[in-house]
Amino acid sequence: MPITVQIPTALRRHTSGVGSVECSAANLEELFSVLDQKFPELKPHLRDEKGQIRRFLNVYVNEEDIRFLGGPTYAFQEGDEILLVPSIAGGSV
Amino acid sequence: MSHYELRCRECGRTWGNQPRSICDECFSPLEVTYDYDALKTSVSRERISSRAPNMWRYSELLPLPQGHQPRLPVGFTPLFQAPHLAQKLTGAAVGNLYIKNDAVCLPTLSFKDRVVAVALANAREFGFDTVSCSSTGNLANAVAAHAAREGLKAWIFIPSDLEPAKILGTNVFGAKVVRIAGNYDQVNRLCSQIADEHRWGFVNVNLRPYYAEGSKTVGFEIAEQLGWRLPDNIVCPMAGGSLITKIKKAFDELIELGLVEPKEVKFFGAQATGCSPISTAVKTGSSEIEPQKPSTIARSLAIGNPADGHYAIKAIKNTGGWSEDVSDPQVVDSIKLLAETEGIFTETAGGVTVGCAGKLYRQDRILPEETTVLCITGNGLKTTDVLAGVYETEQPIAPKLKEFEYYLQQQNVDRSNIPGVLARAEEAAGIGA
Repeated sequence: MPITVQIPTALRRHTSGVGSVECSAANLEELFSVLDQKFPELKPHLRDEKGQIRRFLNVYVNEEDIRFLGGPTYAFQEGDEILLVPSIAGGSV
Repeated sequence: MSHYELRCRECGRTWGNQPRSICDECFSPLEVTYDYDALKTSVSRERISSRAPNMWRYSELLPLPQGHQPRLPVGFTPLFQAPHLAQKLTGAAVGNLYIKNDAVCLPTLSFKDRVVAVALANAREFGFDTVSCSSTGNLANAVAAHAAREGLKAWIFIPSDLEPAKILGTNVFGAKVVRIAGNYDQVNRLCSQIADEHRWGFVNVNLRPYYAEGSKTVGFEIAEQLGWRLPDNIVCPMAGGSLITKIKKAFDELIELGLVEPKEVKFFGAQATGCSPISTAVKTGSSEIEPQKPSTIARSLAIGNPADGHYAIKAIKNTGGWSEDVSDPQVVDSIKLLAETEGIFTETAGGVTVGCAGKLYRQDRILPEETTVLCITGNGLKTTDVLAGVYETEQPIAPKLKEFEYYLQQQNVDRSNIPGVLARAEEAAGIGA
């Protein structure tokens, strides 16, 4: 399914400055696999040591948090715009 | 060389001091850390207590640029016993329940003045001429007021359904208010994107690590005002979840520096049921947040995707605390209860805190003999709309004594409740003063 992914500034040094990517993916896992392949340097920033998508990375589909749409089970629709936005926390325990 | 710097909470990489809240390596949040060994020689109870009664007395424990000159006496709000409220909540008029009353924090009557004071000290140092924030209201008021005082421009982003008093209380300081047709979480996400593109000092985005440290002063003050000792329990409202973690950090630092005796303090979080992602996680035993779409009158707590939720859950679980939530009618009842018992008019967030405290007492999670502090973080004059219709508007009577006597007769109340009856009876019996 053709979709567009917006890359935040902080990560563009790992995408040779590319800020927007058009690609084809059916769901979240497939999208991250596409990004892993396209930008190998980006992978360790998006996934932790166990390969899980990092906790503080929020994913939005057409401005809606993907967790409200079913998270990993959401099937991308043609033309979806995906935003990767870091969760802004500053806590301490 | 500064005695503090930013460090990634997860991977530990240090970032010096700069307007940045995220680690580029792992996307995790940054945290201000201090050289505690150096602080041990420079900080003492006597030194702190000899200073003016405001939050700047804890300057060494805050990330403030060298030579910073505070321009507003923020903080050092009253901490006092609440025996009448305790009577209602526990059935006994114990002296162990305290209110930390940030409803009277200056200059904008909420604890947000503390965080903004620290954020703007750093905004100036980093060379920003415009400060900004996403806000549920109190932060908007604080950023606008402090920016006016500091001579900075302010751009404030708010959800469009905010209480009128909070919008007016931002407009009045000359700030540019941008209303967004969406909830706070959508406003916050937009601000993250704007901060990515524009060189503005967003207090709760790129200045967030510094900003959040200001909340520690609530904890420092509670300890000092209890006579340099820690309470048994803290009950704290939770929106983004930062305050509760920062009060814990404050207590940990006081212990580390030898300013208080070590003590295990339990942390209890309070939310409105209509927006309770953190309390839901605690109750279900989850360590992760499931975001919610907020629906509550407690709009200052209406954050469905709390940035510090993960750490708030940890603070609660690791200390043996708990989290509760209350319905909107309970919020209103609790606002009235605090006002009627202790003379404090708090906003909806305070109603949430008082209501949840009542639940925690009833569940025996908090015991009456324990020293417990309720954090009241905002002022009721900002959310009067939730009390609309609660009180009847009385028909006026003519300014005549006869009219008043008639009015008194019409009041269908117990005679002993009429003011002056007791005094008059005592006078008749010849025992009055």
